[in-house]
Amino acid sequence: MEIQRPLRLMHESLFRAARQHPQKTALVAEGEETTYEQLAENVNRLSAFLQQHGLERGERCVIFMDNTLACAISIYAVLAAGGVFVIVNPQTKQDKLAYILQDSEAKVLITDSHLHRVFLPAIEENPHLCSVIASGDLEKLAQERLTGFADALERGGGLTDSGVIQKDLAALIYTSGSTGDPKGVMHTHLSMTFVLGSLIEYLRLSREDRLLLMLPLAFDYGLYQLFMSIQLGATLIMERSFTYPAVIFDRIREYAVTVFPAVPTIYAMLISMHHREPLCFPSVTRVTNTAAALPAGQVPALKEIFPNALIYKMYGLTECKRVSYLEPELIDTKPGSVGKAIPGTQVCILDEDGNPVGPGETGILHMRGTHLMLGYWRSPELSDRVLIDASLPGEKLLRTGDWFSMDEDGDLYFKGRSDDIIKTRGEKVSPLEVENVVTMVVGVKEVAVIGVPDETLGQALKCFVVPEPDSALSMRDIRKVCVEKLENFMVPKYIEIVADLPRTSTGKISKKDLS
Amino acid sequence: MSSEEKIREFILENYLFTDDQSELNNDDSFLDQGILDSTGILEIIFFIEDEFGIKIKDDEMVPDNLDSVNRIVAFIKRKQQE
Repeated sequence: MEIQRPLRLMHESLFRAARQHPQKTALVAEGEETTYEQLAENVNRLSAFLQQHGLERGERCVIFMDNTLACAISIYAVLAAGGVFVIVNPQTKQDKLAYILQDSEAKVLITDSHLHRVFLPAIEENPHLCSVIASGDLEKLAQERLTGFADALERGGGLTDSGVIQKDLAALIYTSGSTGDPKGVMHTHLSMTFVLGSLIEYLRLSREDRLLLMLPLAFDYGLYQLFMSIQLGATLIMERSFTYPAVIFDRIREYAVTVFPAVPTIYAMLISMHHREPLCFPSVTRVTNTAAALPAGQVPALKEIFPNALIYKMYGLTECKRVSYLEPELIDTKPGSVGKAIPGTQVCILDEDGNPVGPGETGILHMRGTHLMLGYWRSPELSDRVLIDASLPGEKLLRTGDWFSMDEDGDLYFKGRSDDIIKTRGEKVSPLEVENVVTMVVGVKEVAVIGVPDETLGQALKCFVVPEPDSALSMRDIRKVCVEKLENFMVPKYIEIVADLPRTSTGKISKKDLS
Repeated sequence: MSSEEKIREFILENYLFTDDQSELNNDDSFLDQGILDSTGILEIIFFIEDEFGIKIKDDEMVPDNLDSVNRIVAFIKRKQQE
């Protein structure tokens, strides 16, 4: 009798799919189709190249790329080589990229040549990097340090077993924290394969699905569309962004996409386009939302656009990937809820002393389960603040920064954040990170950044600036520095120059008095 | 002002926050350079519609028409001849 070996590692499903149905389309990247066999072959080659060029088990490889075929290959190649991938949003600017390369002590950087204005200066003084691989046209860059992506695939030989087990680190996902510096959320093969199974279960996905990816792979919601698709042996339709909606619409129709994952900002744009010229995508059977609440008022229009789809409202955070989802059949009866814990996990709401609160009462949301992160990379104190002792010896609970309540049925309702993180366009922004940048502008004396309600963005960033006396500070100067230093979603939508900022009795800036 | 100058000024002013002409080449892909993202494209579309008196259909919102200054200029020219 042949015993079927369980899949324990993130990349094993890719090689299984390549054996079982080699000719099936794994990815359609900007219209170009790649089969499972081709994908696995390229992953093998790059993986071998990485091993030959010094990437050892547990070492980090930063992937700073757009949503491309090369990016998907890179993620799986790092995993197959036994390394840890660190995926960074291609909108990231030079200082932050340099910080992440340093903080993660990455041995390898894989990037796109069109991002050279950002990555070339960021790698200049880095002592840890052994190898930099860049896709696209390298000729114009004239950099001896760079290896072309295609060249790396050519030169890769045989892959050796890295010996990695499920408890090994698979990814660091950098996320904004209230301390200002981004922190690396550590996920293992175990936490990631576990959560994949749970997501696939409640989204009722199968090998026949065709998932759409237009969210950045650097955002875990986008990343898991790739992972779910490969895990299932399904097909992923991948685009760089929703910037050109007509391209997305064509792909949905051409490939009869069945799963449409997006965030409220995209849904708001979709609905405004629907009102200009009606849209209808009958092939889509699942529509998912997370990152920020889907306004109940949008649901009827979404049902017109996706007449055959179940609509999922979900809630999550990078530290455990996903927390909860509302059964789509309940979307009209429980409009304000994000539902129950994802399969195989548990949530509880505790007061500030750690005691459970009753139904309808507000407390802080905590999670139990195999989906929890291992902690923040090299930040034990910060990790101890969010991973607290559970009642079982050795087990940890994840404490979110979010206030929630639970109804009699066990469905969750978001009530607010207990820290000052702002959610805009579905992305987390630390006000401190933005304030630190604005403070660098010549002529700025003091800064305070807050979130204000916004129809499209959920919250929009508003920045109050107190200028130095006699400075000729203009809003444009501030905006220019923000654009140079921050990802687009962190650039304040509103900037107001004020004479001074409101204070508390102890002299601290009182943000709740700003609006 | 020519349509090229108008487009350049709009992009430089609203996305790059500068009047340094050297920061934008007419062939630069807005996507590659990270100049535009999904919320930016509608602003450009509204700008083109108002400024040049044309109507852009949903299926015309593609990179071939809109992903660089040169492409936008050519697209406007085609639309104005329709």
